[in-house]
Amino acid sequence: MNMERDDLIVNDSYAVNAKHDEAHGKEMRKTILKVTVILSLITAFEVLIGATIPRESGTALWTTVKFGFIFLTLVKAAYIVLKFMHLGDERRNLKFVVLLPYTAFILYLIFIAITESNYVFDMFQAG
Amino acid sequence: MAGHTGEALSKGEIWGGGRSPFGVTYGKLMMWLFLVSDALTFSGLLIGYGYIRHTYEAWPVGEKVFQSLPFAGDGFPLIYVALMTFILIVSSVTMVLAVEAGHRMDKKGIIKWLTLTVIGGLFFLLSQVWEWSHFIHGGGGYITTTTGQVYHLGHLEEDLHANADGSYQMPEHLMLVQNKYSEGEATIIEGAEAVKIWGTMSDYYHGANMLRNEYAPHAPQYANFFFFITGFHGFHVFSGVVINLLILLQVMKGAYDKRGHYEMVEKTGLYWHFVDLVWVFVFTFYYLV
Repeated sequence: MNMERDDLIVNDSYAVNAKHDEAHGKEMRKTILKVTVILSLITAFEVLIGATIPRESGTALWTTVKFGFIFLTLVKAAYIVLKFMHLGDERRNLKFVVLLPYTAFILYLIFIAITESNYVFDMFQAG
Repeated sequence: MAGHTGEALSKGEIWGGGRSPFGVTYGKLMMWLFLVSDALTFSGLLIGYGYIRHTYEAWPVGEKVFQSLPFAGDGFPLIYVALMTFILIVSSVTMVLAVEAGHRMDKKGIIKWLTLTVIGGLFFLLSQVWEWSHFIHGGGGYITTTTGQVYHLGHLEEDLHANADGSYQMPEHLMLVQNKYSEGEATIIEGAEAVKIWGTMSDYYHGANMLRNEYAPHAPQYANFFFFITGFHGFHVFSGVVINLLILLQVMKGAYDKRGHYEMVEKTGLYWHFVDLVWVFVFTFYYLV
């Protein structure tokens, strides 16, 4: 296999060279275990909060809980994408091509959806 | 990893042609781009859900709607969904272990972990079937009075028996509930008062479909989004199980051993993790908040 030019398109040397030895594998399995524990604990915590704090729209407590849930979800998502899908280990170009267009579209869509639904809500309330 | 080796290259070398600027094979890059487009689809569904929900004043509370366990009955808020989430997380872990084994060309390890991943996916699908069946059947239904008031019924051992004229026989122990699925403390009406309300009943409905659902009598979209979001996700899980199974067969046949690398396992792994990733968001936005 061509070991000097590890990133040529003409062959699949990227895949061939994406290998590691047993020592590195051991380290990776340790990371995987750590991430598993983190994901499970966050989920258990979310369920505990969800089951014990009743939803009361508009109160400060519920608003905190709600944004807490969203924050924890983003933390879980980051662990899955960066550690399980190994995006954290990829070249910067690939990270940007995956994350930037998506983020730009979605932030815009969320902004539009909130603006529009606020308007529709007001219209329904006004009759 | 392959990506690291190219990090020190100059801009001209990276973009000058003859190599991938992204440091991955064509197949892996395309898998990532597909996942981005699929993520946009799921985000569209979830944001659409948020939009519709935001136009209503009242919306069912997740932990009140989803609080049953198979064989155990009611009173376990979110436990079943948490279990489903956990199954999916675990199957994601076995998948990443299969990918790791692939990087060591450990065929036996891949077969072991990939088999467990397929089993985890099947478990999730079966859980989904129970969840859907329970959601569609409902938990007692609700009545509408001639004055337009809505009262939910307490848990029923069996479905109400319909009379020949279309009305319903009153259950032996009549229990009407207000705020059964909505925000606030649930209030229970029993005895003579409940019978009096039952007398003014104009309509009875239980369960859920695309037109009506007992969880949000005012908002059919609540059930619509349940079916579409969890259904679309469930279809992805189903495809994932089929793809994983096909890859597993290829691994067993030794096709990738001959090829010299197990990147196919890595690519199908990306897809499988994505399915887990989507569920994390569905769990938060449909069940928790």
